[in-house]
Amino acid sequence: MRTLLNIINLGVKELRNLLRDPTMMILVVYAFSLAVYSGATAVPETLNRAPIAIVDHDQSQLSVRITDSFFPPYFTAPILTSESEMDRLMDEGEATFALVIPPNFQRDVLAGRRPAVQLNVDATRISQAFTGSGYIQTIISDTVAAYAERHRSASGLPIDLTLRSRFNPTLDKTWFGSIMEIINNVTMLSIVLTGAALIREREHGTIEHLLVMPVTPFEIMVSKIWSMGLVVLVAASLSLLVVVEGFLAVPISGSVPLFVAGAALLLFATTSMGIFLATLARSMPQFGLLLILTLLPLQMLSGGMTARESMPEFVQTIMLAAPTTHFVILAQAILYRGAGIDVVWPQLVAMAIIGGALFTLALLRFRSTISEMT
Amino acid sequence: MSGGAADGEGAASPVVRLRNVGFHHGSKRALDDINLDIAARDIVGFIGPDGVGKSTLFSLIAGARRIESGTVEVLGGDMANAGHRQSACPQIAYMPQGLGKNLYPTLSVRENIDFFARLFGHDRAERTRRIADLTESTGLAPFLDRPAGKLSGGMKQKLGLCCALVHDPDLLILDEPTTGVDPLSRRQFWDLIDHIRATRPQMSVVVATAYMEEAARFRRLIAMDDGKILAEGTPDAFLERTGTASLEAAFIALLPEDKRAGYREVTIAPARDGDGPIAIEAEGLTKRFGDFTAVDHASFRIEKGEIFGFLGSNGCGKTTTMKMLTGLLPASEGEARLFGHAVEPDDIETRRRVGYMSQAFSLYSELSVRQNLELHARLFHLPAAERPRRVAEMIDRFDLRGVEGLYPDDLPLGHRQRLSLAVAMIHAPEILILDEPTSGVDPVARAAFWRILADLSRKDGVTIFISTHFMNEAERCDRIALMHAGKVLVTDTPAALVEAQGGGSLEDAFIARLEAASGAGTIAPPPPTIDDTPAAAPRAPRARRHFDPRRVFSYSHREALELTRDPIRLTLALLGSVILMFVMGYGISFDVEGLKFVVLDRDQTARSRDYIGELQGSRYFIATEPAYSYDEIDARMRAGEISLAIEIPPGFARDIERGAPVSVAAWIDGAMPTRAETISGYVQGMHAHWLQTRATEAGYGDRIAPLATIELRYRYNPSVKSIIAIVPGVIPVLMMLIPAMLAALSVVREKELGSIVNFYVTPTTRIEFLLGKQIPYVAVSMVSFLTLVVLAVGLLGVPLTGSLPTLLLGAVLYLCCSTAIGLLISTFMKSQIAAVFGTAILTILPAVNFSGMIDPVSSLQGVGRLIGEVYPTSYFLVIARGAFSKGLGFAELYPAFLPLLVAAPVLLGLTAALLPKQDR
Repeated sequence: MRTLLNIINLGVKELRNLLRDPTMMILVVYAFSLAVYSGATAVPETLNRAPIAIVDHDQSQLSVRITDSFFPPYFTAPILTSESEMDRLMDEGEATFALVIPPNFQRDVLAGRRPAVQLNVDATRISQAFTGSGYIQTIISDTVAAYAERHRSASGLPIDLTLRSRFNPTLDKTWFGSIMEIINNVTMLSIVLTGAALIREREHGTIEHLLVMPVTPFEIMVSKIWSMGLVVLVAASLSLLVVVEGFLAVPISGSVPLFVAGAALLLFATTSMGIFLATLARSMPQFGLLLILTLLPLQMLSGGMTARESMPEFVQTIMLAAPTTHFVILAQAILYRGAGIDVVWPQLVAMAIIGGALFTLALLRFRSTISEMT
Repeated sequence: MSGGAADGEGAASPVVRLRNVGFHHGSKRALDDINLDIAARDIVGFIGPDGVGKSTLFSLIAGARRIESGTVEVLGGDMANAGHRQSACPQIAYMPQGLGKNLYPTLSVRENIDFFARLFGHDRAERTRRIADLTESTGLAPFLDRPAGKLSGGMKQKLGLCCALVHDPDLLILDEPTTGVDPLSRRQFWDLIDHIRATRPQMSVVVATAYMEEAARFRRLIAMDDGKILAEGTPDAFLERTGTASLEAAFIALLPEDKRAGYREVTIAPARDGDGPIAIEAEGLTKRFGDFTAVDHASFRIEKGEIFGFLGSNGCGKTTTMKMLTGLLPASEGEARLFGHAVEPDDIETRRRVGYMSQAFSLYSELSVRQNLELHARLFHLPAAERPRRVAEMIDRFDLRGVEGLYPDDLPLGHRQRLSLAVAMIHAPEILILDEPTSGVDPVARAAFWRILADLSRKDGVTIFISTHFMNEAERCDRIALMHAGKVLVTDTPAALVEAQGGGSLEDAFIARLEAASGAGTIAPPPPTIDDTPAAAPRAPRARRHFDPRRVFSYSHREALELTRDPIRLTLALLGSVILMFVMGYGISFDVEGLKFVVLDRDQTARSRDYIGELQGSRYFIATEPAYSYDEIDARMRAGEISLAIEIPPGFARDIERGAPVSVAAWIDGAMPTRAETISGYVQGMHAHWLQTRATEAGYGDRIAPLATIELRYRYNPSVKSIIAIVPGVIPVLMMLIPAMLAALSVVREKELGSIVNFYVTPTTRIEFLLGKQIPYVAVSMVSFLTLVVLAVGLLGVPLTGSLPTLLLGAVLYLCCSTAIGLLISTFMKSQIAAVFGTAILTILPAVNFSGMIDPVSSLQGVGRLIGEVYPTSYFLVIARGAFSKGLGFAELYPAFLPLLVAAPVLLGLTAALLPKQDR
C-alpha cells in the first residue's frame, strides 16, 4: 500500500515534470503526428515512380507503344535517351532501369524471330530492382502480345493465375509504414523519456535527494515506468486513431484495445530498457550514442522494415529477444488481419517475459549503481 | 591590504562607467537604474543579499550578457558595441559564480590554463612560461596533471584565477570566488589576489562576496539591494555611518526598514547540560573509493538536541561522512548509529527520523513551492488529514507565505534554502543533517535560518548536524568537529577550541589546526614573477582578427582532449558504427526465403499434385499441412502462420485436358507490402515456368512461347547480393547518425554546465567556436568511416570499384554536414535531453527512410520526398554507391558534391546565426 502510494506520487511528479518542458512536449507531439504522417506517406506504394530510361533503336509503332506503356504512378515518364547517355543516367542514379529496344524489333516480332530487348537494372537499388523488373517484363510481354494479336493469330495462356492480396488488397504501403513509424517512435520515446530523464536527474542531483527519503529504488523505477509509459501510450493511441485512421484513412480491422494492451507490454519492456541504458551510460553524451546503437537495430531488424523471413537465421533468432520483434508481429496480426487474442497470445507472453527480464536486469543495475549516481 | 599600490588619482578615467543600467529576468527586475564609476587600479567589493543583481551586473560588465537598457562603458568603450567588446575582452577576465563553473572538469590543471592561453594567442614558449609562473604562485604546481574535476573547491577557484590571469587582464571580475571555500583556502586566495595586485598595480579588481569579514579587505565597498545601490564607501566609512562594530551589522543597518525588520540577532539558549541520550554516533567510520580513503576512522557522538558543527577544508570528507550517516553510502569500515540503531542503507524506517539537506538544494524545479512540500509530505506518508495543516505550518514557520505558487528557480537563494529546509523538516524528523546549507546565502537570510535552527534544537529537541564554512555560524554551535583529510582532528566547544589555541578568533584557531595537520605551514606565495615581461613590455595592440586559426585550434584541441578523456564515448562511436554496419548489412535483405504456404487442392489429381510440386520444389517456399476449407485458410493466414495460399479448383486436370479456361487462385498476406510483392513475383514466375514445362512436354510449347525475349542485366551488382547493395547504403546512414549525435551535445552541454561563458567573454567568434568544436568530431568520424570502408571491403567482400579519393573527399564533406546538423540541434536546444531526443528524431527517419537507402529519393512522395531532396545523406549515398559499386570517379560524381558543398557552410552559418555571443 505504502509502496503503491509512493509509486503514484512519484509518477505524478514525473508527469508534471514533462508537462512543464515545452521542448519535450513539442518533440513528443511531432514524433506522433508529422513524423508518422511523413514516414507513412513517403514510402511508395508497391512500385512507385521508378525512374526508367529507354533507348529506342527501332522507332517503330510497337516500340513507341512500349514506351507509352510506362507511366506514373508505377514509373516516371520514360527518359528517351541514347546508349552512351544511358550509362551516365544509370551511374548518377537518375534511372533504375534502362531498356534497350533493338533495331527492327517490330519487324522481327511479327516475323516470329523472337527478338530480345535488353533490360539494364541498377541492382544496388535492390528494393526496386526485383519488383520493377517483374513489372517491366509483364508490361513488355503484354504490349507485344496485344500488338501481335492483330497481326497474327496467337492464343492466350490456357491456365490463368489469379492473385489476390488479403488484408491489404492494393498493397498500400501507407498502411504498413504508418504503423511501423508509430512502433519506432514508441521505442525511441520510451527509452529517451525514462533513460535520459534518469541521467538528467543524476546530473542535477535529485536522485540523491530521493534516496534519503523513505522510497526504494524499486519504487523510483516503477514510477518512471508507469508515468512515461502512460505518456507514450496515450500519444501512440491518439496517433493511431487521429493520424493513422483519420488523416491517412487506413482501415484498422482488429481490436484497438487489444493493440493498446500489446503496446503497454512493449512499453514495459522498452522503458525498462531505457533505465538499463541509463545505468550503463555515465553521461548524456554516452547515452546519446547508446541510444542510436540500440534504436537502429531495433527499428531495422524487428521486421518492420524488411521481412523477418529475409534475414539470416541467426539475426532472426537474436531478434527474438527484442520486444519490438514480437510487437511488429502482433501489430500486423491485429491491425491488418483482425486477429484476436487467441492468435496473438504468444506475442503477448513473449513481450511480458522480455519485459520482466529487462525490468529485473534494470532494477539490479539501478540498485547497484545508485550509490555511484549520487 | 596592499591597497597602497592604487593611489587612485582622479585623473585616471574610470575602467567601468555605468549609466542608468537596468535589467530584467523575465518579468522580474534584476537591476534598476544603476549609475556607478569604478576607478582604475582599484579593488571594489560588492556586498548584498542574494538575487539583488550583483551577478547580473558583473556579467554585463564582462560582456557576457546583452545590455537591456542604459550604457555600460568598460575600458573606455561601449559594451553594447560588438567591435569594442571584441577588442576589450582580452583585457577583461571574468570568473563566474560557482566552484569551477567555467573550468573543464576532465581536463588537467595544465590543460585548462593552456586552453585559455591559446585562446589569447600566446605561443608555446609563452604558454609554458605563464603556466609555470601562475601555478607556482598559486601553489597548484604539484597538481599540474590532476583533472580540474578532482580538485578541491579552493583549488578549483585558484585554477579559475590562473585561467583568468593568463592573459594579463586590466580588469578582473570575480563573482563570489570564495563561496563554498573553506577558511584556509579563502585566506590563501585573498593573499594571492593581494600579491597579484601588488605586482600588477595597473589591474582593477571587482569582487562580490558573501563573507563580510572578507569585505573588510577591499578599498571600496558597494552595498546593493533589490537591483539598486544602497551605499558606497570605504569599509570604515560604512562602520562610521551606521555606528556598528562589524560590517555584517553595518550591512544589516543599511537595509531598508522592511527587510531589516526580519532581522534579529541570533541568540541560542545555552544547551542543557548533561548526558542526554545519544542521537548520532560514529565509530571508526571509514569510506574508501578505490585507493582513496575519503573518510578515515571518524568517531564522534552527538547528543539529542545538540547543534553539532562540522568544519573542514573542501574535500576533506565532510559530505561523505554525512552521506554515510544518512545511509546514502555504505561505510567501508566502522559503524554509524542513529538512536542506537546501526544505519543500514536499505532501512526505510530510519529515513523517516532523519531530514537531510544536500549541498545542492535538490528541489524539484518543475514543482511549485507548495507542490514540493506536498510531494514530500506524501512521500513521507503523513496522514492525508494532517498534510494540509503540516504544509501550512511549514510555509509559516519558514516564512514562505506569498511565494507558495512560485517555482524554485524563480526564488532568491535564501528562499530556496529555507524551502529546502522546510522540505527536509516536513515529516518532523528528530535528526537534521545539513550539508553546507548556508553556502552563498547572505547575512540576513542566514540569521533567519539560524533562528529557525535554534528554535528546532531548543524547543523541539531536534538534533542538528551541520557543516559550514562560516566562522560566526561555527561559533553558534554547541560543539564543533574539525575534519581534515578524512580524519576528525578535534571535537570540542568553540570556546574550548579557541582557548586551546591560546585565544584569538575561531578562524585563527581553525587555520592553525589545519596548518598543523597538513604540516605544510602557510603556503607563502613565492616571489612575484608573473608580471615581469607583461609589465615591462608595453601591450602591443594585437590585431583583432575576425578569424583566427589559433583560436579555432584552441577549441579543437580542447574538444579533442575532452573526447579522449571519455574513452567509453569514443569506443561507442567507433565500435558502434562497426557493429551497426554488420548488423544492418546482414540483416537487411530482400531475398525472401522459407515462406510458408498452404494448398487447398480441390482437384486431387496427379496434375494438381504436379502443380503443387513445382512450388514445393522451390527454395523460396515451404509447404505446410494442406487445408480443407476456406475458413481454415483464412484462420491460418490471420494467425500469420502462412503467407501464401493456393487453391486449385475442382476439375483442374479435366479442364486442362479439354483446353477449357482454368483459374488457379493464390492469396497472399498483404500485411507487409514489400514481402507480398516479392511473393507475388515468385508465384507468377513459378506458374509461368510450370506452364512452359507442361506445354513443351505436350508438344505445343510454341503456342505459348513469348513473342519477344527480355535479357536482364543486373548492373553494378551482377550477383544481386543484398549485402553488396546494402552496405554502401548503410555507411552513409551511419555516418549521419553517429557524428550528429557526437556533436549534438557539445554546445548544449556547455550551456547546461556553464562553461559556455568562456565563449561569451573571450575574443572567440562564433565561427571559430563552432569550427573548433566541429573539427575533432569530423576527424573522429573520418577514422570511423575508414574503418567501415576497410571492413566492408576486407571482411564483407563489398568491392570498391570506383575512385577511393573521391569517396574520401565526399566523406569529409559529408561529415562536415552531419556534424553541423548535430551542432545546429545542439545550439537550438536548451537541454541535453532535448538535444539527444531531437537528434534521434531529426536524423534517423530522414536518413533511413527518405534518403534513398532502400527506396530511391525519386520514387518518394510528399513531405518525405522534399526532405530527401535536401538531406545530405541522399547525395552522399549517390557518391558512396557510385564509388563502391558503380566504378565511378569524381568526373561522374561531381554533381553530388555540389549540394554537400553548399550544405556544409549553410548549416554552419545557420548554427552561427542561432548561437548568441552573449547571454540574454
